[in-house]
Amino acid sequence: MKKAWIVATNTFREAVRDRVLYNLVFFALLMMGAAILVGQISIGIEQTVIVSLGLAAISVIGLFIAVFIGVGLVSKEMDKRTLYALLAKPVKRWEFLLGKFAGLVMTLAVNTAAMALGLYATLWSVKHPLVRSDAYVFVAVYLILLKLALIVALAMLFSCFTTPFLAILFTGGMYVAGVFAYDLRTIQGINMNPLTVRMLRGISYLLPNFQNFNMTGAVAHERGVPASLVWHVTLYTAVYCAVVLTGAALVFSRRNLK
Amino acid sequence: MPSLAIEIENLSKEYPHGFLNLKKKMSLENLNMQVESGEVFGFLGPNGAGKSTTIKLLMRLIFPTSGTARILGKPIDDVSVHEDIGYLPEQPYFYDYLTAVELLDYFARFHGLTANDRRERVQKMLRKVGLETAKKMQLRKYSKGMLQRVGMAQAILHEPEVVVLDEPMSGLDPLGRREVRDIILELKREGKTVLFSTHILSDAEMLCDRVGVIVGGKLRGVGTPGEMVGIQTQGMEILFEVEGPAKRFPLLERATQTGERYRVEVREAELYGALDELKGAGARILSVAQIKQTLEEFFMNLVETDRAQASAVEVSGK
Repeated sequence: MKKAWIVATNTFREAVRDRVLYNLVFFALLMMGAAILVGQISIGIEQTVIVSLGLAAISVIGLFIAVFIGVGLVSKEMDKRTLYALLAKPVKRWEFLLGKFAGLVMTLAVNTAAMALGLYATLWSVKHPLVRSDAYVFVAVYLILLKLALIVALAMLFSCFTTPFLAILFTGGMYVAGVFAYDLRTIQGINMNPLTVRMLRGISYLLPNFQNFNMTGAVAHERGVPASLVWHVTLYTAVYCAVVLTGAALVFSRRNLK
Repeated sequence: MPSLAIEIENLSKEYPHGFLNLKKKMSLENLNMQVESGEVFGFLGPNGAGKSTTIKLLMRLIFPTSGTARILGKPIDDVSVHEDIGYLPEQPYFYDYLTAVELLDYFARFHGLTANDRRERVQKMLRKVGLETAKKMQLRKYSKGMLQRVGMAQAILHEPEVVVLDEPMSGLDPLGRREVRDIILELKREGKTVLFSTHILSDAEMLCDRVGVIVGGKLRGVGTPGEMVGIQTQGMEILFEVEGPAKRFPLLERATQTGERYRVEVREAELYGALDELKGAGARILSVAQIKQTLEEFFMNLVETDRAQASAVEVSGK
């Protein structure tokens, strides 16, 4: 685990030096623009608009980082052959993978936390003071971070056995399918074969259910998120990530480098 | 009997290629080789011969189709053996957002060194490879030769027992090559085992206790550079000068003139007769030396034989 931590800290340093966190400038500009605009066009619903826009931006920006950098975590190291010297050190391949995963999740955590602060600052500027129910925004941000961690794990799994381009497509495809996982589970076509329905239901349980992570609607309308749901989603993410990363480690442990 | 640092048994590597990866290309075929502790072993061969494949197999960067290998008595799958191995990849490339100090410190952390030890070792290694003045520069600004030096530093940073260097002289200027040669000799003096692959045969002749020649994925011979080229001389070379207007004599007709000097090759049995003839003609003999096949000639002969065999197989196949 200590060696995975060494890889993780270096991955975080790489992200910082490669200016990944520059997206925060874009987010800040977006929030400033929203604050000015909201004051003019949405009397009485400032909270809803700011929170919806802010959480959507946090999610989309994070999604881009998780997919594109997540896929590159392993494939870039293989393409550039920076992995050669590292794997000749006393470090196991799964430790390398775990370190890379943890490093990017750390980066996303810092990035998401900074954006959450920006969102709170915007809320405060529009309707100060902040009230107790605004704390729910933090819960929604936490769930977005869990979603991003799961996407990083998927991106790493795909990049272990296919090209970066296909890995991006597969990860994007899994995300879209995961967003509709619940619909797939409850689908009832008029003339649908019962076997097809059962198969779709089975697939829906295998897909990551990304609807579980979306609390934007509730939080934007100042409704709370039950603690049990937060625990459930946390556990779900931990188990799903563990399974996906184990799969990635199994594939990567026998992968021939170029 | 010296102990073995590296033992390779029947190591083979096939790469799938073609449509649906149905065809197989043999990159390494039943390699059997041993490197003794404390020796400098040169691995020679042309491009695509299987040198880097062998080294990558030893470093578990790729996995063998069949066969086994052990380093310091441990199977190569055992990650703990890498505590005692240093490796320089061919044309190394490192994290270019790091400085040399940061990169070496990063690698040193995998060997469990304390912060003080790491600081000391990193400074020592940077001095050794001549990168002290560029130590705070990001690696993206380094030349190929400088990257090679950083690669050398990271390979020996943790004072490993076995050092494996894939084309360590590649990309270096004469001064850099000299420094790498000195490092290899220093490692040898310290009793370390060095396995290195190279195209530069003079370096192998100069540095290696033994060499192995690999061509077409097959090991063609292992031995000391002397053993590899054979101990029998191919003839004698006489260098002489003729004072005044040259009188014609048979040996002069066969000689090649360079400036005022003449060079002639004779068979070993003819040497004394030739010397008498030169003496009789009043020539001044400057030197007499044995003509031996160089490692380079030996190596080229093997490559040409291999190519001839390959084309013969191709023709008979048609």
